[in-house]
Amino acid sequence: MKLLDVANALSLEVKSFKDGLQKDVTGAYVSDLLSDVMANSKQGNIWITLQTHLNIVAVASMKGLAGIVIVNGRQVQEEVLKRAEEEKMPIMVTQMPAFEIAGKLYRLLA
Amino acid sequence: MALNIEGTIEGSSQLIGGDFTTAGEASTLLKVKLTELGVAEDIIRRAAIATFEAEMNVVIYAAAGWLHYYISPQGIRIRIEDMGPGIADIGLAMQEGYSTAPDWVREMGWGAGMGLPNMKRNSDVFTIDSVVGEGTTVEMVINFP
Repeated sequence: MKLLDVANALSLEVKSFKDGLQKDVTGAYVSDLLSDVMANSKQGNIWITLQTHLNIVAVASMKGLAGIVIVNGRQVQEEVLKRAEEEKMPIMVTQMPAFEIAGKLYRLLA
Repeated sequence: MALNIEGTIEGSSQLIGGDFTTAGEASTLLKVKLTELGVAEDIIRRAAIATFEAEMNVVIYAAAGWLHYYISPQGIRIRIEDMGPGIADIGLAMQEGYSTAPDWVREMGWGAGMGLPNMKRNSDVFTIDSVVGEGTTVEMVINFP
């Protein structure tokens, strides 16, 4: 499934690198610990997190993730979105908490 | 896989303690270099994770440090030296889940006590030397298959 289809189905607000929505999604990983994501996420995964600081872009890009979904409608600073644009990393925001978005995404990808 | 490596290719990056905004740049440079050389993707991924974790440790704990890499036809050697507080009990520091990171670092999702174990897990050879009050040196080797 393409990231675009996921974003549409779950009404995600795409905040950076819209061109990246053509990426294929291989699954998802939910964690707010960055080392955990580095250790256990897989290439092409969507990363669901409440972290919004600059390092999430580097971690996601290092692991070749499809995109980052920020939960609870948290605001992402312009500086972070700019870096995400440079690193070609889609950042999407949902109003849902992690449990809910993960559940919906699981059903969508299963 | 044809590796385009002759002799040893070296590179260095300076690391600045407390600078979270540039964290990850040294590992990105190494990743780009390894990609140019035609190194296998899983090897690059291991090197990138190990290097990024090492960079984060310098950013979180030390005043400054250096990252050096040496790429030979046999593999990659990465050496990170920092001017930091040093580690009193390396055995404890290597334990998954043990961390001395301050709360604000943990709130960022770092300092979960996974950095050193992640570095070790992704290396074929991992050595760490530390002197309290002087600094820490980590060396990691990742062999090509």
